[in-house]
Amino acid sequence: MIQEYLELLLVDYTLQVITLGTAVLGAVCGMLGSFAVLRKQSLLGDAISHASLPGIAIAFLVLGVKDNNGLLLGALASGLLSAIFIKGIITKTHLKSDTALGVVLSTFFGFGMLLLTYIQKLPNANQSGLEKYLFGQAATLLASDVWLMTTISGISLLVVLLFWKEFKMVLFDADYTKTLGFNVKFIDTLITSFIVISIVMGLQTVGVVLMSAMLLAPAAAARQWTNSLAKMVMLAGLFGAISGVIGTGISASANNLSTGPVIVLIATLFVMFSFVFSPIRGLLFKQIKLWKNRNDLKLMKTLLFMYNLVKDHENVAHPHKIQILNNFQGYTRKSLNRLQAENLILLEKGNWSLTEKGFKTAKNLYTQEL
Amino acid sequence: MTSAQIEIQFILGLVAIACALPGVFLVLRKMALISDAISHSILPGIVLGFFITQDLASPLLIVMATLTGVLTVVLVEYIQKTGLVKEDTAIGLVFPSMFSLGVILIARNAGDVHLDVDAVLLGEVAFAPFDRWMYQGIDMGPRSLWIIGTILLVSVLLLILFFKELKIATFDTGLAASLGFTPIGIHYGLMTVSSVTTVGAFDAIGAILVVAFMIVPAASVYLLTTNLKKMLVYSCVLGLVASLVGYWIANYLDTSIAGTIATVLGLIFFMVYLFAPSKGYISQWYRTKQQKTEVAMLVFMLHISNHEEEKERNINHLQEHINWTASRAKKILKLAGKNNMIVIKNNVISLTDKGDKFTQKAISYISDNKNSELEGVKEAFFLFRG
Repeated sequence: MIQEYLELLLVDYTLQVITLGTAVLGAVCGMLGSFAVLRKQSLLGDAISHASLPGIAIAFLVLGVKDNNGLLLGALASGLLSAIFIKGIITKTHLKSDTALGVVLSTFFGFGMLLLTYIQKLPNANQSGLEKYLFGQAATLLASDVWLMTTISGISLLVVLLFWKEFKMVLFDADYTKTLGFNVKFIDTLITSFIVISIVMGLQTVGVVLMSAMLLAPAAAARQWTNSLAKMVMLAGLFGAISGVIGTGISASANNLSTGPVIVLIATLFVMFSFVFSPIRGLLFKQIKLWKNRNDLKLMKTLLFMYNLVKDHENVAHPHKIQILNNFQGYTRKSLNRLQAENLILLEKGNWSLTEKGFKTAKNLYTQEL
Repeated sequence: MTSAQIEIQFILGLVAIACALPGVFLVLRKMALISDAISHSILPGIVLGFFITQDLASPLLIVMATLTGVLTVVLVEYIQKTGLVKEDTAIGLVFPSMFSLGVILIARNAGDVHLDVDAVLLGEVAFAPFDRWMYQGIDMGPRSLWIIGTILLVSVLLLILFFKELKIATFDTGLAASLGFTPIGIHYGLMTVSSVTTVGAFDAIGAILVVAFMIVPAASVYLLTTNLKKMLVYSCVLGLVASLVGYWIANYLDTSIAGTIATVLGLIFFMVYLFAPSKGYISQWYRTKQQKTEVAMLVFMLHISNHEEEKERNINHLQEHINWTASRAKKILKLAGKNNMIVIKNNVISLTDKGDKFTQKAISYISDNKNSELEGVKEAFFLFRG
């Protein structure tokens, strides 16, 4: 089936366009999403994408035609307006950011719905199809759309590279950046603007409702694999692009599947995999470390018990029967073997004896002079 | 008004009140976006419940969807606890994936499911009166009226029973725990009520606008009062008014009822945000401006009292010394003159007795590090403020 799809990809021009489009989108969203995630603005994207709906509707009402670029410009305006409004609520009132986001998200979206239903009842045959912005339809991507996307992505990549140092500093220590004389407000606005732009770009493909996940998921996955910003941004771009390509592939080869949800689920799989298997922060790794620590602790306990038995004897290396250890519950054949493997004890015909090294280790267990 | 219209307004009113009550606590507990997460992620629960029962109004569906809502909260909290991502990212990861799952489930079974994503997302209360509950052949009214009515009744009962516990757990979790109120139990209780309400409201107003019904009344009222009981009552009233006004506007424009109500709620919030006394944008802006001028005047007076020589107190030196623009310097000078703090003779500024007293007091407070007392001094001396 995969082979079939690849063959189709080689010959089908539309599929090539769509795949390229989602790949570019995924890459740029992952890249800019890294900044959103690190700035703790993950849900800002959700609010902005919902809030761009009325912009689309108003642009349609003004233009009267379904010109894709015009509609996206409307979305951009309304997305930026919502971002300003959110910022205003957070800075000027005592309402917290979650409330500000919730208010803006739901009321802008509601207004968008009002306009959409109003448009649907207009005596204009051209109005259908605006709903595609709710869930997105990658199938409607044209080569010109992909060109536009690529150009915008190129510009945002350039801006990120140009302002790399500033972005990085604002991310991790905004106050310090301010004292160095950088215009933090400008940099802040720049990052937010590019996040809004990337959201608007994705509306046609992924849709208003799920756009935020495109921004978050690749970045959240990439965060698990590295502590370096540059690597994280690149990884997030890569994850985003791969989810875009795979998602498009699946939704193209199956019947009746919108692209947006599939891409989001693929990206979520990346996140789940990273959460579990990342070697630095992953849950599996942490669990293994926990087990290992617990095992080591048990071994040391056994060794200490042995030491307490042995320490009053003249000859430390004098063998004892293993049965003596029965008073102490924490040992098994395996743990004894491991102690032997580490040269801490000697096992011989059901007897054990401490080695020189084992005696020393046990003696210094609490004094940290290992 | 036809009977259908009256029934729709009843349903909307009940939905508004049922949503506003848990909404107040969500806003106060800084968990407003949990309602967004719940409202999106109940979709797979609804779909699965529908597969089992083949009936959109079955109680099992409500149970399944509620369980999914609570599961979302648990999942979000689990991810937060691992510390792998920040808390808001956890919310942002869970609900889109749950929602996508729901959309795909619907799409894969589009043939035999009479369930539309748009309907779940947007809802249509206009159809509610047609879905009637027949009990032994008697028409008992619209089914959703009964569902949301029951939910409202239960949540009001729970609110009255656990008001004290909710209040303490909301404002001081530590105290609640030490008094033995199990904040975790109250937390999950609130989450369950929010989920049930969302599920009950979704077919009337749609999943996303549930967020508007929950958060916006509470957020608006929070700018007007800080009394919990008043907040609860006002939020309900606000939600109710917005629903009725929104309904009639929608009726007039022939647009989505839920969308219009959300718009009305948004406008109300915007008005409150601008004009709320003491917490609104305008009063905040005015207060900041006033404080800026007051501080400027204070600096100016200290500057004048610090300099004995006449040359330093020349009116033309002011600008370069305190680094003010000309208009600002003029404004402060005028204000100080109005307040009888200074006299200007031959372009030389001197403090009056009143001005001298004021600066001495201000200096003593500043050097004692009692900056908060400065407000009192300003109150006592300033007849005209910025």
